[in-house]
Amino acid sequence: MKCQYCEKPATFHITELTEPAGPKIMHLCEEHARGFLQKESDSPVASVTNALAKQLQLGQSKKELAELDQKECPVCGISFFEFRNTGRLGCPYDYSFFETDLIPLLTNIHDAIEHVGKRPRRLAASADSQAEMIQLRREMEEAVELENYERASEIRDELKRMERELSRPAADDPASADEDLSSREGENQS
Amino acid sequence: MNQETDFTSLAKSSGEWLRGTGPESDIVISSRIRLARNLADFPFIRRCTDEDRDNIERSVRARMEAMEDWKEIRYIDIEELAEVDRQFLVERQLISREIAEADGSRAVAIDPGEQYSVMINEEDHLRIQVMQSGLDLQTAWARIDALDDKLEGSILYAFHEKYGYLTACPTNVGTGLRVSVMLHLPALVITRQIEKVFRSMQRINVTVRGLYGEGSQYSGDFYQVSNQVTLGHSEQSLLALVGDEVVPQIIQYERKARAFLIEQNQQDLHDDVSRAMGILSTAKKISSEETMHYLSKVRMGVNLGLIGDVALATINKLFIHTQPAHLQKLHGRVLGSSDRNVQRATYLQRHLLGGHGQGELN
Ligand SMILES: [Zn+2]
Ligand SMILES: [Zn+2]
Repeated sequence: MKCQYCEKPATFHITELTEPAGPKIMHLCEEHARGFLQKESDSPVASVTNALAKQLQLGQSKKELAELDQKECPVCGISFFEFRNTGRLGCPYDYSFFETDLIPLLTNIHDAIEHVGKRPRRLAASADSQAEMIQLRREMEEAVELENYERASEIRDELKRMERELSRPAADDPASADEDLSSREGENQS
Repeated sequence: MNQETDFTSLAKSSGEWLRGTGPESDIVISSRIRLARNLADFPFIRRCTDEDRDNIERSVRARMEAMEDWKEIRYIDIEELAEVDRQFLVERQLISREIAEADGSRAVAIDPGEQYSVMINEEDHLRIQVMQSGLDLQTAWARIDALDDKLEGSILYAFHEKYGYLTACPTNVGTGLRVSVMLHLPALVITRQIEKVFRSMQRINVTVRGLYGEGSQYSGDFYQVSNQVTLGHSEQSLLALVGDEVVPQIIQYERKARAFLIEQNQQDLHDDVSRAMGILSTAKKISSEETMHYLSKVRMGVNLGLIGDVALATINKLFIHTQPAHLQKLHGRVLGSSDRNVQRATYLQRHLLGGHGQGELN
């Protein structure tokens, strides 16, 4: 693909997160990317674009970026390239999997990398167990597709068990973890 | 219940946040807070299968319907809505343009007072929103915080010990909180100070955006101020940044500009406002942009005591009720743009000349 402004190949695919128009995609060569990104620092919307611009200025090379682009999350399959292109991550596990690459980005967007606000009252599920639940759910969908209902129901029970273990809602909570989607999924499968 | 009749009754009423009351309501239309939340056991929306989206919607709905104190909730399946109804919800600010235009399973839950709305399958699995008339972020926060606690009681959120609430876009991670205050700033626009005021704001982590028109001249002089960062600051400090520092400063500038206009130029100002009122109450056809433009002047006129006999709540409602989807719902059928212009003019006349403000708008 060629750069939008010249004949050179486009090596930067930038998504600008402008609201309310929505994401705007630009395909640019390195030189034009730098120019564009520097201008964008005036933009009032804190964006992935702005943050990446600063990373570029800090000297991340094209080669390093190209290598990073190949990296893929084992849970949702999103590549860093796709994230860079859309500005959207694929699953909660991405924050752990791409952690080292996201830290400079978060620093540039928020000028901070640590949450100091509200926390859920119960213990948060670990990144690994969140990842496992997403993967199990995918396996369950596949099992249903293959009409392997026995396997699907095993996975459903496992998911249910994990969620109950992780959530532990207060005893007086009206919507308890038992009333969850698993039973509804059961209906669909029969 | 028939969804069609449902929408017509919704169109005739109007949200609490348009009451035109609350602190600083001559300048501040509304305060809005939204929280972005995701379920721990699903990928983010972009990577969801159709089945994932269905499951998220069904599961969240079931959990919300089981919640105490929120029995009156109206749950709307956006995917099944007609185009005009989606547009209607956007005009009403109950859903985002993004979710209106998206594909696949998605929904919104709304309470009867239209103070809360919970979008399901927007950019994040959940976008919880609370609206409040006037500048009142603490009340809005108390409400949304309680609702979030309740949802958290039955939904396992994606949360990271270090990065907080995990969101699809890293610009929302941490608190997931966006505070937005909608301001009516006609005097700063007339005196051409608005740019200068906003340039001075950019250094302090807030975003300012024109509300309607997206760059069109007839913006109606509405601007929205919101926090830019979401990570590394507590919810309270973000509320304070917008609600205690930035917005009061802008209010002060607007008040000064209004005082200046009155002092320097009362006759011109009065003339301007009266002509605006004249056009709105006598035109036989009028576009949406023109309506915004003149309603903005009338709103300022009411606040400055240059126009009596019209309630602020009426003006606030007219801004929403004269938009395309609202007009069509109120009229009960689909209208082309030229028919809408006629209908809009009739509607304005009826409510402005009827005079006494508070009356039922239909
Ligand atoms: Zn180029
Ligand atoms: Zn992932």
